[in-house]
Amino acid sequence: MTDFTLDARRLLCPLPVIRVQDRVAGLSPGDRLEVVCSDPGALNDIPAWCRMSGHRVLDLRDEGDECRILIEVGAAR
Amino acid sequence: MTRPVRKALALVSGGLDSMLAVRVIQEQGIHVEGINFFTGFCVEGHTHAIRNRDRNRRKRNNALWVAEQLGIRLHIEDVVEEYKEVLLYPRHGYGAHLNPCLDCKVFMVRKALEWIRGHGFDFIVTGEVIGQRPMSQRKDTLPVVARESGAGDLLLRPLCAQNLPPTLPEREGWVDRSALYDFSGRTRKPQMALARRFGIEDYAQPAGGCCFLTDAQYAVKLADLWRHRPSRDYGLDDILLLKVGRHIRPAPHFKVIVARDEGEGRYLGGYRRQLPLLETLSCPGPTALVDGDPDPADLELAARIVARYGKGRDLAQVEIGLGHPQGGERRLRVAPLRPHEIPADWLL
Repeated sequence: MTDFTLDARRLLCPLPVIRVQDRVAGLSPGDRLEVVCSDPGALNDIPAWCRMSGHRVLDLRDEGDECRILIEVGAAR
Repeated sequence: MTRPVRKALALVSGGLDSMLAVRVIQEQGIHVEGINFFTGFCVEGHTHAIRNRDRNRRKRNNALWVAEQLGIRLHIEDVVEEYKEVLLYPRHGYGAHLNPCLDCKVFMVRKALEWIRGHGFDFIVTGEVIGQRPMSQRKDTLPVVARESGAGDLLLRPLCAQNLPPTLPEREGWVDRSALYDFSGRTRKPQMALARRFGIEDYAQPAGGCCFLTDAQYAVKLADLWRHRPSRDYGLDDILLLKVGRHIRPAPHFKVIVARDEGEGRYLGGYRRQLPLLETLSCPGPTALVDGDPDPADLELAARIVARYGKGRDLAQVEIGLGHPQGGERRLRVAPLRPHEIPADWLL
């Protein structure tokens, strides 16, 4: 298991999801990816994409101007 | 011997038609996944996330939301670079504004075809309906999409299939043609009735407003951008900035983008390392960017324009901060322009 980060600040919907999707494609099951976003829409969109793609959201924090989403990569990709 | 489960890739826009098309095919036991293409011109999300007045709107990507409601996976593809060719050189021309709808649909179906070939899927599904759209969804243009995309009879339109020749999935018995539909025309009633039958109550407003290229005001700004650049090439930031703020062009070689609220101001502030940034300092007022090749006198004029849209518009002087992309900031004391000093043809 390895921890990774992705800076998706200043990107607007749906680019944060696209960047997460592309990054996760290169990771292994069990890896964890922390995504930092400034688009509040990411708080809905990234968890939705994770649910339908077999990944788990471990933590989701709304910090005002930014939000942080911690994802555990699932097996089915 | 069990029959293999056939797999279809559906173009999912987030609107009702593609949602229904997926449901119709799911009902026939087909495994469906969705694909959505990000061109940079999608109305989805962007402006809603930026503007203050949209802060309370539900923020969701409709394509993702629809996919989750349908229980399918969605693949979102960034096609911003490839899409330039479609927009700049549309074989079939533009619609009412700068919308190359027919070329756009051909492009998206061609991309879907590449995807299914690379992922072992059997056919493509779209929510197209004959007569629904004036350019890309006419009886004479639906075959153009199938032919020019290369998809041919791998392209199934479940909502109007009974009005079209049988496709491969129908001829091979992968789907039952009699359980497909014969919708046509601009009416939305059949779709709404089918949505009720499926128990679908919440869906994005019917199609038409999902692409900025169909928006008259946006097209004016894009045409202006093209006129004032050496070439019509553009970057993602160019087309995103056209969605934000008031665009004011006092001269061919520069324009000013003035935020209309704090949300837009924050967004424009994100470009401070790329373009000169103006911020009102001595009173409440907007943030603005200057795009182009302005000289010091142009920047002073830009500052006067910014001052005109702030609370100090009636004062003799207003202090404006000017940030340079390479770093460094200076303060300008300027007289706000009066409304009559901004000619109507500066406003895009």
